[in-house]
Amino acid sequence: MSRSTPKSDNPFYDASLNARHFRAKAFKLFTLSSIVFAISFLLFFLGDMVYKGLPDFQQAYIKIDVSYSEKSLASIRQAVDKKYRRVVSRSWLRGIPRQVEANPELMNTTQTRWVLLNHQVDQYLKGHYYKVKAKNIKLIDAMQKEGKVELQFNEIFFTHGDSKIPENSGFKSAIIGSILTLLVMMVVAFPLGVMTAVYLEEFAPDNRWTQLIEININNLAAIPSILFGLLGLAVFITLFGMPRSSPLVGGLTLALMTLPVIIVSARAALRSVPDNIRQAGYGLGLTKIQVVQDHVLPLAFPGIMTGSIIGLAHAMGETAPLIIIGMIAFIPDTPTSIFEAATVMPAQLFTWAGMPERAYVERTAAGIMVLISVLITMNTFAIYLRKKFEVKW
Amino acid sequence: MKQEKNTKIQVRDLNLYYGDNHALHNISMDIQENKITALIGPSGCGKSTFLRCLNRMNDLITSAKIEGEVIIDDKNIYDKDVDEVAVRKRIGMVFQQPNPFPKSIYENIAYAALKHGIVKKGASCDELVEKSLIQAGLWEEVKHKLSEPGTSLSGGQQQRLCIARTIAVQPDVILMDEPTSALDPISTEKIEALMLELKKQYTIIIVTHNMQQAGRIADMTAFFHMGDLIEYAETETIFINPVEKKTEDYITGRFG
Repeated sequence: MSRSTPKSDNPFYDASLNARHFRAKAFKLFTLSSIVFAISFLLFFLGDMVYKGLPDFQQAYIKIDVSYSEKSLASIRQAVDKKYRRVVSRSWLRGIPRQVEANPELMNTTQTRWVLLNHQVDQYLKGHYYKVKAKNIKLIDAMQKEGKVELQFNEIFFTHGDSKIPENSGFKSAIIGSILTLLVMMVVAFPLGVMTAVYLEEFAPDNRWTQLIEININNLAAIPSILFGLLGLAVFITLFGMPRSSPLVGGLTLALMTLPVIIVSARAALRSVPDNIRQAGYGLGLTKIQVVQDHVLPLAFPGIMTGSIIGLAHAMGETAPLIIIGMIAFIPDTPTSIFEAATVMPAQLFTWAGMPERAYVERTAAGIMVLISVLITMNTFAIYLRKKFEVKW
Repeated sequence: MKQEKNTKIQVRDLNLYYGDNHALHNISMDIQENKITALIGPSGCGKSTFLRCLNRMNDLITSAKIEGEVIIDDKNIYDKDVDEVAVRKRIGMVFQQPNPFPKSIYENIAYAALKHGIVKKGASCDELVEKSLIQAGLWEEVKHKLSEPGTSLSGGQQQRLCIARTIAVQPDVILMDEPTSALDPISTEKIEALMLELKKQYTIIIVTHNMQQAGRIADMTAFFHMGDLIEYAETETIFINPVEKKTEDYITGRFG
């Protein structure tokens, strides 16, 4: 029974058996190790992002008296006691006139408020590198013991746009900008891409022209994305005079970039529809349009959706072409239409990553977490759509 | 003269080329109304290609070039003023692999009829579906589950569904391209019985690999070989008393 049965007793004896088993094992181990390698990289990246980004979802506040008076409105620094002036956020103080405007009863009163601390104190409280004077640290430590300094949920991150004051900067304008840009992109690229694929798969004759078009589409999918930015700049902004930095131009540029991906995946989906479905339709005297519209497209739909959403996710993470058309600019305001200047999530991350203040590192990591969550949500949605519309054979 | 009157399809000097490949050579034959005509021959002899000429399915193959005439009801279907889609409405086709649409049984039958405007949605459509299924001998088996997908049926049932779907469009001629070659003997028997029933109303042309099948059901049989129509006569004659040596060799199994 044992492996080392001598040759004479075992008619199936194979001298190379042990070597073969060893090779098989080594090969299996090799393939396994590469996947372990890939997963560990992914886990390291995600872990690092979560470790750096999670603290950003909280921000330091201090509970102090704020006086609303003519004097403090004229010079906002007067609103808080002198000893706090070095620790509270400038941006919060600048909001005082707006608070009074919204609520005139505040005038000539003194209220106890949770006031935003500046980013240096925030970083100190989170245990990172900081630049705060020793006497202010003493002050903060004392206040913290009394429960008057604490970390609260970072609302600003989700309600504000970019800012040069780290504690006042948020991701909202980038999120809205991304949504508008991707909307424009999908509205343009999806119908164009699917129709192109339908033409090439169902109608086009197989000749040199269509082969040339096919090769070009495949090549376009591999072109460095920054070139699409140059194309967008030259065509949409210079030639057509569309507003620079706008989601309109960004969306159109990304549509150019995503079209080949959508076309290639939609063609693959159409090709995978069995030909006998078409034959059945033609055999019944249906027209080409009826066959394509009612029988071929519904069957290809899950595949088309999957490809399109992958293209969409790809476009969402794209920065290079948008830099060229100006979506990298400092945009504090949230865009309200596709014609206004806007920035997108990855471009905002790019901007923050280049900032010197430590607080922006946290902002960047938190932004990446938001971006990745959106991507995962979209991929989940793609899988759901595919399952939902999948036709059982 | 009686023979002339019953002719449904007249094929005259039909030649078909796939690119440079001359696939059908000067085929001429008359196909009779309300009869089952079987086309037999070894693989690649052109019998399926010929069948597909009769409802212009070969138009879908860009490399195919067709010369000659196929006259149905005094009109050459290859005339410039004939639309191939209209031809296929009157000359239905059933394929080798059962190919129901991935929709419900009801929709499978109703879809084309609705699109052609034969019926309107509602009671008349329900009636057509029922009638077609009864004619195809499938009604009793599926009447309780019309909304289930057509693909949930067995192979034989699917093929009968495809026949019901073809009947629902109310064609004159039904072309069948090896309709039972993917089915088991019991399903095959059912479909053969169905064909004998259907020939009272329709002209049926069937391509088959199975010579016994041709012997069982066909009134007329045509033997194709290498793109030529070798012999075309009544089935009995072909099987018992063939004129051509090649036919006899094929029938007796000397090649094929």
